[in-house]
Amino acid sequence: MNQEKNMLDSDLGSTVDRVNNHFQGIILTLQSYWASKGCIVLQPYDMEVGAGTLTPFTTLRSLAPDEVWRAVYVQPSRRPTDGRYGESPNRLQHYYQFQVLLKPSPVDSQDLYLGSLSTIGLNPMAHDIRFVEDDWENPTIGAWGLGWEVWCDGMEISQYTYFQQIGGIDCMPISLEISYGLERIAMYLQGKDSIFNLDWNGIPPEEGGKTYGDIYKQAELEFSAYNFKYADIDHLLRRFVDCELDCLNLLKVDLALPAYDQCLKAVHAFNLIDARGVISVNERQSYISRIRKLARACCENWMNNST
Amino acid sequence: MGELLLEFLSEEMPARMQMRASHDLKLLLTSKLNAIGLIFSSANVYVTPRRLTLVIDGLPRRQPSIIEERRGPRVGASEKAINGFLTFSGLTLDQCERRYTSNGEFWFVTIEKGGKTTADLLPDIILSSICEMPWSKSMRWGENNFRWVRPLHHILAVFDGRVLKGTLDLGKTKLNFTDCTRGHRFLAPHVRVVNSFQEYRTELRNSFVILERECRKDIILKDARYLCDSNGFILREDSELLEEVCGLVEWPLVLIGRIDAEFMSMPPEVLIAAMRRHQKCFAVNKKNGTLADRFIIVSNMSSEITRNATIVAGNERVLRARLSDAQFFWEKDRAINLSDRRKALREVQFYNKLGTLADKVERFAILAATIAPMVGANPDNAYHAAVLAKADLTTNMITEFPELQGIMGRYYALDGGEDLHIADAIAEHYCPIGPRDVCPTAPISIALSIADKVDTLVGFFIIGEIPTGSKDPFALRRTALGVIRIIIGNNLRIKLLPLFAQVRDLIAIAGSAAETDNKLLQFLIDRLKSHLRKKIIRQDLITGVFDSGEEDDLVRLLSRVDVLGDFLATDDGAKLLICYRRVLNILRAEEKNCIPCCTDYHFVLSKLINSSRLVKTEEINLYEALRDVSSKIKIYLSSDDFVSATVSVSALIDPINAFFDAVMVKTDDMLLRTNRLCLLNATKKLLDSVANFSLIKNC
Repeated sequence: MNQEKNMLDSDLGSTVDRVNNHFQGIILTLQSYWASKGCIVLQPYDMEVGAGTLTPFTTLRSLAPDEVWRAVYVQPSRRPTDGRYGESPNRLQHYYQFQVLLKPSPVDSQDLYLGSLSTIGLNPMAHDIRFVEDDWENPTIGAWGLGWEVWCDGMEISQYTYFQQIGGIDCMPISLEISYGLERIAMYLQGKDSIFNLDWNGIPPEEGGKTYGDIYKQAELEFSAYNFKYADIDHLLRRFVDCELDCLNLLKVDLALPAYDQCLKAVHAFNLIDARGVISVNERQSYISRIRKLARACCENWMNNST
Repeated sequence: MGELLLEFLSEEMPARMQMRASHDLKLLLTSKLNAIGLIFSSANVYVTPRRLTLVIDGLPRRQPSIIEERRGPRVGASEKAINGFLTFSGLTLDQCERRYTSNGEFWFVTIEKGGKTTADLLPDIILSSICEMPWSKSMRWGENNFRWVRPLHHILAVFDGRVLKGTLDLGKTKLNFTDCTRGHRFLAPHVRVVNSFQEYRTELRNSFVILERECRKDIILKDARYLCDSNGFILREDSELLEEVCGLVEWPLVLIGRIDAEFMSMPPEVLIAAMRRHQKCFAVNKKNGTLADRFIIVSNMSSEITRNATIVAGNERVLRARLSDAQFFWEKDRAINLSDRRKALREVQFYNKLGTLADKVERFAILAATIAPMVGANPDNAYHAAVLAKADLTTNMITEFPELQGIMGRYYALDGGEDLHIADAIAEHYCPIGPRDVCPTAPISIALSIADKVDTLVGFFIIGEIPTGSKDPFALRRTALGVIRIIIGNNLRIKLLPLFAQVRDLIAIAGSAAETDNKLLQFLIDRLKSHLRKKIIRQDLITGVFDSGEEDDLVRLLSRVDVLGDFLATDDGAKLLICYRRVLNILRAEEKNCIPCCTDYHFVLSKLINSSRLVKTEEINLYEALRDVSSKIKIYLSSDDFVSATVSVSALIDPINAFFDAVMVKTDDMLLRTNRLCLLNATKKLLDSVANFSLIKNC
């Protein structure tokens, strides 16, 4: 209720925007907002993942062992096929997600979320915020949930999902995952048409300030070349098999966390193989089902061995 | 009389489920009311993204009492049995009655039940309806195991001005019935207490919620038309989009935005798809019917100048990003010629057991070339068009906007220098898509469209993926209807069975037997019947004609049906139907009697008629008439002259009647008897070649 009141009391004119809307400012604001709502602030998980959901902070913790788990973290996400050599203004093979996991999902979660938007300068009273059906499914890890994509003036700014199943296991209690598209939100707040022009830290370039492009453009160029041309297919195929084997062996000794890391490594190897465009439809299906088996086995092992 | 007001306030329900949910809720609740005798005068449902509301008016305050009679134990039964009965019914023995039944004397009681107050009865009805709501997809939340479409926040339940006493147990937490609601999520989120529907509706209206769906639709449509009109444009109406958008807003505010000029050179379909699918915005036309550089936004806020400008700018920005992606695809896709994209189709699965899209294209191109001469197209052109028809599926644009399949193929084909009719065929080969979509009429388009669909149908029938009941995951009914509509609409003379056989050969899956062809033909005939249900064509005539020999030429089938219908409406037609039935009756009766010394009745009947055993004039006359009519029918049918073929059977009426008047079939002379049955069977078979009259009802 308090949140609602604050939202209403702030008048329209003052919403443009005295908050720090540079990239790191948005991250810092969201972190401290959610910290004030009882979340632990974690640092990014140190593995290559395609989405914040895949880190054990979300995947495994939404299953067990805690009755209550409220966590936020920024997660770099790698999607090799999305690389555009730094030429597309809106697509990257490496970008950031701001990830919130609330377990159990609180009854006032929408108000909490809307409150977070206000803090970064998106006052719902000054915009048109909508919750539009978008159910989430990740067959590779046997997970699904219901929820929405959240729109602000027609732009998707967040994914909002109530997890129902992870690793083929029914979730209980239900976790809520909110995933903010940081680059997109920043572009909107800063009025920029290219990710690379985003102001990273609010300091003018002549005083040493940096843009997103200053930090990541070269990486986009080099990693696109690596993803599409130079990633060694034989090594990747071998890596996939090795990781798969390691994962299964680790599960035999009930080391779910290291096993799950190996599963994530296998996923990333597969994503790179996929980007190289060398697998056929049938092979693709078979890789996905092999990954699903690993992910499910890790989830089950984690469930069974955590108290 | 009292009014029940019920509102379920939840987090945002998916737009596509709202209508269905409101109907389901109404059905569940009203049928439960009816079941316990609570009769009402009206029941209305309303639905917005966040609320599902039901108002039932004219309910009695008390349930009418129900008199129930119950039989107890036998008079003289053990004391234990009688006492048990008395305890159970809550009565004493002197309140019971002795009565004789066919099984002896028993104790009976009459219990007056019910008369409970409606307010006491309603909570259970509401709660059980909630639990029985058939959501197509539902979820749990928090620590609860209760399921709803999205988290449910409160249940407003007011009867006759008072909150009903009731609690929904969610598992961990509970929801008590309340008399509170809330308005618009942002514009009026505070709690409001309501005691009647009248109050509820007004309160919501004042809180930026328009409860009536139709009313929201009207506002959107009127305002959108007005905005377009006052800018000198015309709204491109889109009822499907309107339905969806109406389920995304409680307080529609219509705004108009601009599209950058640089994007206007792309195909209009691309722009429309970008607006419609991702942004749920309406496209706008210029007065001359071409696409204008404007679009219509439907937002969910009240009108306020600064905010309106922010919303428009935001939407323009998003559309700009989408369109610049599309433009990038448009340019990139055109760098590769369509014919060079065929290899990539090998990487796309058509369906598990039916190979890749490249396999499918190979098959249906050959089939298209077979069909081409039947529909006046050049086989080489049809083959060429078919080979290109699916190539656009590998383009970036189709990955982004799958609904543009075919349409983009057309643009890319033209860009690659293909002829217009080849390009059109690529675009039209998916048509007709829905029951109201236009069928192709150009020869090459027809050849491609039929070939593609027949390949799909035969393929799925061979692997046993045949629609059953409401399950039709591959939309084979729609596909079959497409084939039927193209054939009938263009009056095409195509024999389907040979096409089925050709596809079977091309698919070359072991066990693909000819019997699937007949199954598929029957499937098409069933679709044909359901397609023609609304027209005044009698289903029994279609069945009758089809059954006369698996007619696989749909146009010929229908013209035979027409002729038959006309004939049956005449005096001769009615008479012939009676004759046919007389013949059939005696054949069936004799089968039951199973004339002595014959082991196989049908074998006996199929024997040739022995003309030397025809003794009576009337049987000789019938025999002669059969020979005469039979040779005529053969000639007429071979030249598709169904009128003459059908009318010619009239010549059999008199001989048949004369035969029955004068000749006794059931004679003791077995040779004569068998010969007469053969004669009648030959008569039946001849008539069957026109139509199976046994399946035809009286006019």
